[in-house]
Amino acid sequence: MLHYDLVVIGGGPAGLAAAYSAAQNGVKEILILERDQVTGGILNQCIHNGFGLHYFKEELTGPEYAQRFEELVAETSATVMTDTMVLGITPEKQIYALNPKEGYLTIEAKSIVLAMGCRERTRGAIAIPGDRPAGVFTAGTAQRYINMEGYLVGKRIVILGSGDIGLIMARRMTLEGAKVLAVVELMPYSNGLNRNLVQCLEDYGIPLYLSHTVTDIKGKARVEKVIVSEVDQNKAPIPGTEMEFDCDTLLLSVGLIPENEVSKTAGIELDRRSNGAVVYDDMQTNIEGVFACGNVLHVHDLVDFVTLESMKAGKFAAKYVKAPYAHSDDAIEIGNGERVSYTVPQKIDLSCGEEQTDLFFRVNQVVKKGVITLTASDGRVIFQRRKPTLLPAEMEKITLKKEDLKGEKKVVLSVRMEDEKA
Amino acid sequence: MMKRELICIVCPQGCHLTVTEENGSYKVTGNTCKRGEVYGVKEVTAPRRVITSTMKLQGGRLPRVPVKTNGDIPKELIFQCMEEIDHVTVTAPVKAGQVVLPNVLGTGVDVVATRTMGMV
Ligand SMILES: Cc1cc2nc3c(=O)[nH]c(=O)nc-3n(C[C@H](O)[C@H](O)[C@H](O)COP(=O)(O)OP(=O)(O)OC[C@H]3O[C@@H](n4cnc5c(N)ncnc54)[C@H](O)[C@@H]3O)c2cc1C
Ligand code: SF4
Repeated sequence: MLHYDLVVIGGGPAGLAAAYSAAQNGVKEILILERDQVTGGILNQCIHNGFGLHYFKEELTGPEYAQRFEELVAETSATVMTDTMVLGITPEKQIYALNPKEGYLTIEAKSIVLAMGCRERTRGAIAIPGDRPAGVFTAGTAQRYINMEGYLVGKRIVILGSGDIGLIMARRMTLEGAKVLAVVELMPYSNGLNRNLVQCLEDYGIPLYLSHTVTDIKGKARVEKVIVSEVDQNKAPIPGTEMEFDCDTLLLSVGLIPENEVSKTAGIELDRRSNGAVVYDDMQTNIEGVFACGNVLHVHDLVDFVTLESMKAGKFAAKYVKAPYAHSDDAIEIGNGERVSYTVPQKIDLSCGEEQTDLFFRVNQVVKKGVITLTASDGRVIFQRRKPTLLPAEMEKITLKKEDLKGEKKVVLSVRMEDEKA
Repeated sequence: MMKRELICIVCPQGCHLTVTEENGSYKVTGNTCKRGEVYGVKEVTAPRRVITSTMKLQGGRLPRVPVKTNGDIPKELIFQCMEEIDHVTVTAPVKAGQVVLPNVLGTGVDVVATRTMGMV
């Protein structure tokens, strides 16, 4: 059996940052386990730029951002084991893993950081009717093929989903000579950043159909046609609005799901709203000494925030390695009020962690002239901030002074519109 | 007088810019920072973009290495630049930042690798 102070599961930007920060905080025996051939995670296939503006104050591509962190980690005493798949963990912090060289491995750790990232929702998850031909890919799979393996998955493309991944792939396929006929979005607004609507769609004249969805896929061996229909307010297709696209490929960019299979093996409490672990403000889960960060905790749009969160997880994992600590039973619960779909952390503990904490959240609808409010149980306003526009696609962040929460058991975060009564 | 509404693409904030031109001088409003002003004027006079793509890689762990233009190039040269990139084969090892195609299309901008790839 191997022994380490800290084992980090997943070598994407989250795992690398957590390991780096734990090393900075004095932990020497660190092991990073990564199932892929290399570290860097999803960034290896995100060859476009737009990373690192917050953290490095310059615009980097995904691979460059990953490499910066690999170089930082290489300067520490941390060990990286690639080609190694973690199968499960126990509440006693034993880790079971598998790799082609050493076979089955059992590793004992004083602390664990979960950083497994997320995977894409597939066609099955949203159940599109129609034939089952080849030529239907998730956008991320197509991205890996084109950017890492050098295969263009099709020539005439329809993309379902206008999140950033869908938009970026629309441009990428166009640059490589494919024709992107349409980007189709179920919602009445795009889920992508404005800058991506401009530089990925408008620059290349790719049409975006809002309030539309794919209602049929036709084809025997390969996709031949995709039928797109307009939807009503209840997202039901409107008969008679069908459009036919002659295409050979349908890319699905319909969301990401945190990859928590490993977390479940140890009985880590998950939040149905964020699809990740329930954590305190030091990123610790309900199992002492096990921390979580990055996309496995909640889906991030910006890698810079992944880094910040993961540095914090690494810092407290280091603290735990030095002197194990437990959370107090009176940690304050953050309730989700009007228009808030989830928060991370879900609990704030005044007895440990930092004096300030970031609170990440998402809204569940577009809010114009929004007022973000954190309310105490007696109605007292603890925190308030206005924001012109809040979008479900963009993660929001507020920073709280923890002493303002003293004496509370549960506080509620809500978002209302300026002209609406409090 | 000319007036154009734009979205700044310099950072994820995506500010809504209004660019107005009068007698050859440009005014940008709606920007949160200086970079937005620079972008706004460039976008209406001579729009430019950074290109990211991949090149063929020989002898490396993968058949492709990611690359980017190390600065923006005129927008109308995008597809020509892609063609130039297509014609190059890089041999491993290659280092991030290494110039793999100098002065692409005479723009003065180099294409550089964005990932270090060793030999296998
Ligand atoms: C297509 C796409 C485009 C994006 N574009 C941008 C952008 O322009 N700008 C920006 O700032 N952000 C962008 N992001 C977001 C950002 O890249 C992610 O938020 C970030 O990469 C998440 O980091 P992570 O380490 O949590 O997850 P990942 O990068 O997914 O890393 C997780 C790692 O864990 C490993 N792993 C999982 N399970 C196991 C296991 N059981 N055993 C061992 N290893 C395991 C995986 O192999 C992977 O390497 C984009 C994301 C995607 C998907
Ligand atoms: S104006 Fe400045 S803040 Fe606004 S999008 Fe452009 S670069 Fe970002």
